[in-house]
Order: sequence, then C-alpha cells, then structure tokens
Amino acid sequence: MIRFLKQREVMLLAIIAIIVALVTTRSAGFGTPRNLIAVFNDTAVLAMLACGQLLVILTRSIDLSIAANLALTGMIAAMINAAMPGVPVEVLIVGCVVVGGLLGAFNGVLVWKLNIPPIVVTLGTLTIYRGAVFLVSGGTWVNAVDMSDRFKDLTRFVFLDLPMLSWIAIVVIALFVLLMARTSLGRSFYAAGINPTAATYAGIDVGRTKFIAFTLSGMVAGLAGYLWVSRYVIASVDVARGLELQVVAACVIGGVSIAGGIGTVGGAVLGALFLGVINNALPVIGVSPFWQMAISGAAIITAVIFNARGERKRGRIILKSAEAA
Amino acid sequence: MTDTTSNTPHRHIPDRLDNPVKSAIFSWETLLVLVGVAIFIANAFASPYFLNEWSLSDLTFNFTEKAVIALAMALLIISGEIDLSVAAIIALASTLTGMAVQWGVPTPGLVAIGVGVGLLCGAFNGFLVTGLKLPSIVVTIGTMSLFRGLSYAILGDQAYGGYPGDFSWFGQGYVWWVVSFEFVFFVLAAIVFWFMLHRTNFGRRIFAIGNNALAAQFSGVRVNRIKFVLFCLTGLMSGIAAVMLTARLGSTRPSIAQGWELEVITMVVLGGVNILGGAGSILGVVLAALIMGLVTFGLGLLNVPGIVMSIFIGSLLIVVIALPILNRLWRERRQ
Repeated sequence: MIRFLKQREVMLLAIIAIIVALVTTRSAGFGTPRNLIAVFNDTAVLAMLACGQLLVILTRSIDLSIAANLALTGMIAAMINAAMPGVPVEVLIVGCVVVGGLLGAFNGVLVWKLNIPPIVVTLGTLTIYRGAVFLVSGGTWVNAVDMSDRFKDLTRFVFLDLPMLSWIAIVVIALFVLLMARTSLGRSFYAAGINPTAATYAGIDVGRTKFIAFTLSGMVAGLAGYLWVSRYVIASVDVARGLELQVVAACVIGGVSIAGGIGTVGGAVLGALFLGVINNALPVIGVSPFWQMAISGAAIITAVIFNARGERKRGRIILKSAEAA
Repeated sequence: MTDTTSNTPHRHIPDRLDNPVKSAIFSWETLLVLVGVAIFIANAFASPYFLNEWSLSDLTFNFTEKAVIALAMALLIISGEIDLSVAAIIALASTLTGMAVQWGVPTPGLVAIGVGVGLLCGAFNGFLVTGLKLPSIVVTIGTMSLFRGLSYAILGDQAYGGYPGDFSWFGQGYVWWVVSFEFVFFVLAAIVFWFMLHRTNFGRRIFAIGNNALAAQFSGVRVNRIKFVLFCLTGLMSGIAAVMLTARLGSTRPSIAQGWELEVITMVVLGGVNILGGAGSILGVVLAALIMGLVTFGLGLLNVPGIVMSIFIGSLLIVVIALPILNRLWRERRQ
C-alpha cells in the first residue's frame, strides 16, 4: 500500500487533485467538470508531445526541435489550406504526420549514423526549422479568414461532452500506452536507455532505436502542428515558441529520468496535466500569467532533485566522494 | 554528454608522433583562419560599405558580448558540463540592473549589480550540479526557464530604460579611435582565459576532468570544486555580457538576448571544442567568434533578415560537428 502511494503517478495525481481543490475554494467555478474538461483540452497538445518526448528521453537523448517542428508543419498545413481549400482536412492531417515524421527522422539520422550528441543536433534543427517557417511563409501570418471552416472546426467538434482535440489526445496517449507496454519496440526503448551495452548484446540496435524514437516524436509534433493551428486559428513564425521546454518539464515532473531508461506514459501525461492545471489556475487566483515561466522553471528543478534522489544507484562504494564524479 | 558508454571510439596507436609543424598546418585553428580570411574577402567584394574602419568597428559589437560568454563556456564544456541558461542569466541580470536604475543607483552600483547577479546565478547552477549531483543539461534547462521567468514576472510587458549616460559607455564607448571598450575587454578576457586554460595547473585539471572525471578524482583533482568554479565563471561572464548589452541597447525587456545560448554554444563547438568534453582551445573559440561575427555582419550588410541568419548558424553548428565525423567514417571505410 505504501509502495503504491509512493509511486510518482499516484503522488502527482494527488498533488493535482489538491491544487484543484485549493483553487476551487478560492473560485468555485474551477473544479466543475465543464472547466476541468476545458483545462484538459488546453493541455491536450502538451500531453501528446510529452509522450513523444518520453521515447526520446528514455533512449538517453533529448529533442528540443519539437516546437519548431510543430510551427513548421502547422504553417505548411495552414498555407495549403489557404491556397487550396478543396484538399480534405484528413489528407492534411496525414500530410502533417508525414512531414513531422520526416523532420524528426532527420534528427534521428544525425544521431544514429553520425553519432552527434542529440542536444547539439536538436539545438541546430530547432533554429533551422524555425527559420524555415519564415522562409516558407515569407514572414506573414495565416489566420482565421484564410482558413476553411472544416479546417477550423475539426478540433472543436464536440462528441460525448469532449471536444475532438481531447479525443485525439486520448487516442494518441492510448496508442503510446499500448506501444510501451505491449510491443517489443516499446520495451527496447527502455532497454536501450537503461543499459545500452546490455541492449546491444541482447540484439537491440541502440542507434536504430534512437532513430525510431526521434521519428515518432517528430510524427506527434507534426500532428500537433495541425491541432495547434486549428485550435488557435493562427499560423506564424512565433507559434509555440519555447514549448519544447514545457514538454521537457512535463516529462521531468512526471518522473522521467533524463539519464534514460526510466519513465512511463502515465507520468509524462500527468506531468503535462500538472503544468496545465497550474497555468490555468494562476489567473483564477489572481497571479499574473507572467509568472508561468518562472514557476515551470522552479517545477523542473524541484522535480529533477526528486528524481535524482530516487535514482541514485545503490552499488558498492569504494571511494565515497568519487561516486559523485 | 551522458552517452559515452555505448560507443567507445577506436583508439589508434601511431608508430611515430606527428611532426609539430605538419600538425600545426593541418590543425582546426588553421582551417578556421583560412575560412575567416575567405569570408572577409567575400564580404569586401559583396558590399562596398564593408572595408571602412567604422564598419569594421561596428562588426566587433556584433559578437563580443556572446564571445565573452563563449570563453567561459568553452572551459565548462571541456570539463564535460554545459550551461544552457546563459541567455536567461543576461535577462535576469539586465532586469535587476534596470530595477536598480529606478531606485537611483549610480553607475558603479549598476555594474556591480549586473555582474553580481550573473555570478550568483552561475553559483546557483554550480550548486545544483555539483552539490546536489544533478545532470547539467536538465538543471540549466530548468534555470533557463526560472531566470528568464523571473525577469518576465518582474517586467511583464513593460521595459526598463533611463540608464545614466556614463553607464552607456560600457556598451557604446570607445577606448581609442574606433576600438570599443567591448572589444578591448574581449581581447583582455581572451588572453586571461588562454593563460588559465593552457598555461596553469587549473587548466590541465579541466582537461583531466573532461577526459575522465573518475580518474581525475582518484588523482587528487577536486572535481566538484573545479566544476563549481567553472559554473561561477560562466555566470560571471554572462553578467558582464549583460552589463555590456544593456548599456549598448539602453533598455531592458524580458526577451533580451533570446536564443543566445545557441549562438554561444555554436561558437564554442565551431572553435573545435569537443562537445563531449576533454578537448579544445581558446584560440579556436576566438577565431570561431570572429568568423560568426564576420558572417552575420556580412549577411546583415546584404539585408538578410536575422531569422534567415539563424538558419545559417544552426546549419553551421551541425555541419561543423558532422564534417570531422564523416571524414573519419570515410577514412575507416577506405582502410
């Protein structure tokens, strides 16, 4: 029982419930199902991206290019829609996933074949993809008047009280749960991260596993590109700037170890929900939304400290201070 | 930076050592000098406004603030750590300096606050990494968000201005003729850092830590203390850069120096510092800073927008790291 309560997912869920309860005492409307659905819908994109990032972090990598990927695919989708409203939105969505996947695969190839550290690769592609949005759009916007109604309405269509955006997020999260728990590919992400040498001996190609993780993360970012543009009805160079840090924060808060091999889909999603609840609660309790960034920074640092305490290896220590180095 | 276990590089043991003259000619630094000269000549041909002492002086403003941070960042990366929060430190230091202006603090106080805040932020990073033994990538992603977030929390959508006239000298002043204070400071700092890294025990220890921290620890090197000092140094240089940038712009917004961490790291890596630690030189970083200054200034003279330049810098970062690896793979295949 105590072990169950000490699990990161259970603790996070409890913390989120406490925050919701506390905010509800200040403002009665916050805890209503209607508002909670709105908060979930608001966090849907972040939660999906966190699932993609989870795979990448599990394999001891990091993908900082997802927000730029999102902006680029979203811009391409919006421009095609503005130029050719006849193209079905479903085709655009598939196109977004493919383009996003290709952008992710580019990161993956550099990490896999050239062995460049992931942080360097994705810092580079982050600026390249963001700059490409400018090149593609010429620095202009695509907004509500240019988009077709169906393009805008798809994410808003309500089914069983939940908007389509939330349903899509739920389906994506469910697919990730299945992937991680029920397929050998899912298990190989853990194996490649926790001990790459052992994984290699077990017949897992660690580089290829990283490549797949980056590609999947890119595909999610591509899908999120359409969803973002459709939800906020704006595509511009500055869309989702800095979102990659929120996504990494969601993972770290959800107990995903930055050293690889440790983390769950549930944790990443709850980490995203934690940030979503905080971001939505701030204006309600009268704190300036400009505090958001500082709070998520503090949350990242606190979570990393917690994670490190849980992960410290309990091995034989020969020289105590050497363990630190 | 954590992933070194899975792919140990092949070690070649040569039967004779390289000729020092030959290895100097084929070094990374020589290549950088050639590239720099080529870009300089290309700039001179591309724009009639380039070869002018004031243009060249303006060019130095383009990169000195970033280069000053890159000097310290090089040491940190050689030791096997990284600091992604440097641009956020600039934002926070600049914001608190701007706040002090509103309280009527005179210029020496403003400089002390800017530099001091930088040092404190660096010490905070250093404490988290060495004291609590956390990975530097994720710690500095966190503090990057925290420091810039604080400056957003303080300023919101406002801006600080009204810096005193003599304060602006640190960003706009000239020591002699067209030689700016910023450039003189950069040159002096480069000499100090060169001496520190290549001519002192401290520098040798940084290389030792970067190559094998555990072995260094067993050899009596105080790994954590040196890493802590390097984080403080990086923070200090970011604070100095914050003073120079704030003085040059004459105003502070929370979005100041956005994305600079990338350019600083690109400078360091372009300068031949191994991103996994253990190798690098200050001369290389200085040359890389000059090249990036030349490129961005040259593109600016040709009216290329900033965001397009950033594509160029991002590609440069990847290509510069990829080329030596491709070269090695190609040679291994031939053997």
